[in-house]
Amino acid sequence: MSQRGNPIGEVILSVEGVSLAFGGVRALTDVSFEVREHEVRAIIGPNGAGKSSMLNVINGVYHPQQGTIRFLGQTYHDMDPHETALAGIARTFQNLALFKGMSVLENILTGRNLRMRANLLLQALRAGPALREEIEHRERVEHIIDFLEIQPWRKTPVGRLPYGLQKRVDLARALAMEPRVLLLDEPMAGMNLEEKQDMCRFILDVNDHFGTTIVLIEHDMGVVMDISDRVVVLDYGKKIGDGTPHEVRASQAVIDAYLGVSH
Amino acid sequence: MFYRENGQFKSSYAADQQLLPILQDRVFMVALVAFAFVVVPLVVSDYVFLSLLIPFLILALAAIGLNLVVGYCGQISIGHAAFMAVGAYAAYNLVLRIPQLNFLIVLVLAGLVAAAVGMLFGIPSLRIKGLYLAVATLGAQFFMDWLFARVKWFTNYAHSGSVQTAPVELFGWSIDSPQEKYVFLLAVLILFTVIARNLVRGHIGRAWMAMRDMDVAAEVIGIRPVYAKLSAFAVSSFFVGVAGALWGFVHLGSWEPAAFNLTLSLNLLFMIIIGGMGSILGSFFGAAFIVVLPIVLNQLPQFLGIPMSTAMISHLEFMIFGALIVFFLIVEPHGLARLWAIGKEKLRLWPFPH
Repeated sequence: MSQRGNPIGEVILSVEGVSLAFGGVRALTDVSFEVREHEVRAIIGPNGAGKSSMLNVINGVYHPQQGTIRFLGQTYHDMDPHETALAGIARTFQNLALFKGMSVLENILTGRNLRMRANLLLQALRAGPALREEIEHRERVEHIIDFLEIQPWRKTPVGRLPYGLQKRVDLARALAMEPRVLLLDEPMAGMNLEEKQDMCRFILDVNDHFGTTIVLIEHDMGVVMDISDRVVVLDYGKKIGDGTPHEVRASQAVIDAYLGVSH
Repeated sequence: MFYRENGQFKSSYAADQQLLPILQDRVFMVALVAFAFVVVPLVVSDYVFLSLLIPFLILALAAIGLNLVVGYCGQISIGHAAFMAVGAYAAYNLVLRIPQLNFLIVLVLAGLVAAAVGMLFGIPSLRIKGLYLAVATLGAQFFMDWLFARVKWFTNYAHSGSVQTAPVELFGWSIDSPQEKYVFLLAVLILFTVIARNLVRGHIGRAWMAMRDMDVAAEVIGIRPVYAKLSAFAVSSFFVGVAGALWGFVHLGSWEPAAFNLTLSLNLLFMIIIGGMGSILGSFFGAAFIVVLPIVLNQLPQFLGIPMSTAMISHLEFMIFGALIVFFLIVEPHGLARLWAIGKEKLRLWPFPH
């Protein structure tokens, strides 16, 4: 962690007093935290603590009843997924959400769709600008393919890839958007040790090489402690801890939440 | 096939992304098109043109159109014959009211009218999915059936409700004989096939497929569902509208509203299910299957010398046809295009599978 390419900067994303409820179920209660530019920020917590809901609020899939989100100086009450993507927030999914009918290359190319401008007629004829655009974005995507070492599977339908690789394609698709902030929802869930190591390396490389700010949810404490700069701990939709991995590990509230307390 | 891409290395993305990246495929395609344009008109009888090839070409175009919205964008529609009807009646009225218009322009305008109507009936897709959407698109079918039967302006106040058209003229070329119709339709179909392939390879095609495969993820990636779904409906209806105009003008010559009824919609849907959802090639296979099979079944008893009454033959035709559809759906739910792909993959390694 000592010689990272991009020193941690100013606050880029801040969640302020967000509350989210589904009917009577309170998923999040008055949660606030900040994410600084270029840092790796982890969100941890027991099952059902509201971690995924938090990510869904940040990228506009869920709309919170209260609270605001500040991103790059803009304040949003709720985000719309398209707007969020335009603003520079990308994410991966806990349960793979790849486009199963498409090849690896096509999946990653969808991450570039946001930036592709050729209109319907140009595309229909694959005339000049449309073709140029395809090639230019293909080049960008090839960089990401090289970076994540998925070259051999370019044209393979994603459904045929093993799980660990599919997770990597999911990451590649999000990276193709060239996001400022990357939200990773359990990037290592269900992986074996080797795959986890690879994924950790890729996450750190992405952070280092592209300077992407990373917010990740993870259950593997070893991983969280190793790769994150600061950690937010949620329990029953409330924030119970915030700080460096070392501070969080020592916090009594966090230990209670994970191990339970005798009443 | 008996060849593979060995030794054909691509040195640019343009080369890697072309329509047919393998040299042999390109040669084969050129040969096939040349054969279809030059040899077929010389050797095939009028009967085959009129009852097989001409319907096949037009229905293949319609099937490609339907496949764009159902197979690629995942929005099921069982009202697409309605958009064919819109195309046909739009073309009829354009020719009737502005006779000096070139037929190619008429086709494009008819397609655009169908696209607008298709988009309108595609609006429910923004809120509902799957079977519910299917029922909503059925509304298009019934509404259009009613509209063209009841609002006399569309049929120019014809008494019987059926409309007649003169043979199509194009730059002084009267497309009258079966051979001429065939050549004209073939050219149109090839053009639209290339357009469809280009679209599904472009970013709009990826947006459609993303919508089909995982709509939440697509949205998070920045694909707007409204644009993706409505553009799929519009493009699809454009194709189908053009096919409708051709069906009316080139194939039927005169028709009544019932020519574009629910049966035709369902037939189109069968074509893409049997041929292969999300495959342009599959649309061809499916159209061929639906057009050719009934005729083959009809001719078979006579051919084999089995004495049978006509009524018996036509009943048997229905039963065998239905049974075959069920058989195909069970054996290969992804359609003939998938069978083709599997065959190709096997042949790639044949005869040494390891």
